[in-house]
Amino acid sequence: MAKIIVVTSGKGGVGKTTSSAAIGTGLALKGKKTVIIDFDIGLRNLDLIMGCERRVVYDFVNVINGEANLKQTLIKDKRIENLFILPASQTRDKDALTKEGVERVLNELAKDFDFILCDSPAGIEAGAMMALYFADEAVVVTNPEVSSVRDSDRILGMLASKSRRAEQGLDAIKEHLLLTRYNPERVEKGEMLSVEDVKEILSIDLLGVIPESQAVLNASNSGQPVILDKDSDAGQAYLDTVDRLLGEKVPFRFLTVEKKGLLKRIFGG
Amino acid sequence: MSDQSLELKGSLFPLSVLSCADLSVSSLSQQLRQKLAQAPAFFYQAPIILNLADVQQAPDFHAIKQLFTELKLVLVGVCGASSELKQQAQQAGLAALQLAKDSKTAVTASSNTRQTAVVTSTVNVPMDSKIIEQTVRSGQQVYAKGADLIVKGTVGAGAEVIADGNIHIYGTLRGKAIAGAGGDSTKRIFCYNLQAELVSIAGNYWLSDSLQGDFWGKPACIKLQDDQLVLAELA
Repeated sequence: MAKIIVVTSGKGGVGKTTSSAAIGTGLALKGKKTVIIDFDIGLRNLDLIMGCERRVVYDFVNVINGEANLKQTLIKDKRIENLFILPASQTRDKDALTKEGVERVLNELAKDFDFILCDSPAGIEAGAMMALYFADEAVVVTNPEVSSVRDSDRILGMLASKSRRAEQGLDAIKEHLLLTRYNPERVEKGEMLSVEDVKEILSIDLLGVIPESQAVLNASNSGQPVILDKDSDAGQAYLDTVDRLLGEKVPFRFLTVEKKGLLKRIFGG
Repeated sequence: MSDQSLELKGSLFPLSVLSCADLSVSSLSQQLRQKLAQAPAFFYQAPIILNLADVQQAPDFHAIKQLFTELKLVLVGVCGASSELKQQAQQAGLAALQLAKDSKTAVTASSNTRQTAVVTSTVNVPMDSKIIEQTVRSGQQVYAKGADLIVKGTVGAGAEVIADGNIHIYGTLRGKAIAGAGGDSTKRIFCYNLQAELVSIAGNYWLSDSLQGDFWGKPACIKLQDDQLVLAELA
């Protein structure tokens, strides 16, 4: 049975889609058959980040409405085996999703995938609720600043009360904190909340800390999930994150300011 | 030109309802003058509804109307009138209104009896308490009706915990805590780490600005003393 993981945040622009693309790709790299679903109907972005925007023929709404089947709609990643994308519709809005329709699609996908990643839209309205409703686990993407933390807190409340697991009295959704755009230098200067601060406020388990990195923007612009950039700090941090998601114990990296060595200081680095 | 020069819409307004057993003009005049003397500005040209629920005999509506005009009050209509009284009031140019309180009184009466039933069956049992095992997240609201509220986790910023009884929070209080919501001023708030947006006991409240100081970020107990909120150590 597939595990359904929602990538959510409440706040927009914190890195949900970047993280969905990276984690989904990472799971596939680990040999897990993975599909990433773009729930952001009307603001289709995932296909751009994944670099498959020119191959979108049908979309999620078409499948829900029965205008296309999953086989026609799923886009197979060209780089990695086991990785598929279910793109959002750009022409429709969030009301096009129905609970019954989404459930039917998820059930069908669950038959032959190991992981179903739901890339949630921002906000706490119908679209975001639909993305988290059927989840088994949640990756709550948070930036180290107060408004993002508060919105994450709100979404955590929704996960605990508005999901299928909550409504049916099943085991609660397993919640993970993914801290993105983390800048240790600014944390040291007191300009940014620290990992400990955020953990203390949200009181959930830390899944990963992704450093603020130029590599992320480069990756997005070139349609390459940043996790494939294995030399970059962000790529490595996402690889660690995926390992932890699969239950491995991996120490956290990139939490402190890198001390520049003498040579680096002289020659720049 | 707009073709909607005329519009009729239903609205709700607060109106004062006057209930008086004796509606003879002389007695009413005396009593009203006394009442108005206490707050003349407050009732100046105030719209008034006359409650006729306990009135059997038809009063002189015209005379009452005149009295009200003299006293700078506006008699708008009557409520709770029998059909006979209603007709007479309408003839005097008054509106006959439905007494909304009729249904409300009935409801309170029945809920009162229900409450009494509960009370009798729980004699000698201390106030109930509601226990929240997890964290109360931003945007969530928890209300312990007629009970104490115990939160094992944290109350996040933007969350609200409300209790008719005391509130105990074993985590950090970052949101709002409202104890004694039913008006009981002996209730208190206890928390392990005080960083609240607002605390309130029986309607008296403090915002976080007034909570800064010795107890901010520390264990604290908040209680009401002589209508003032008082912060004390948790010891």
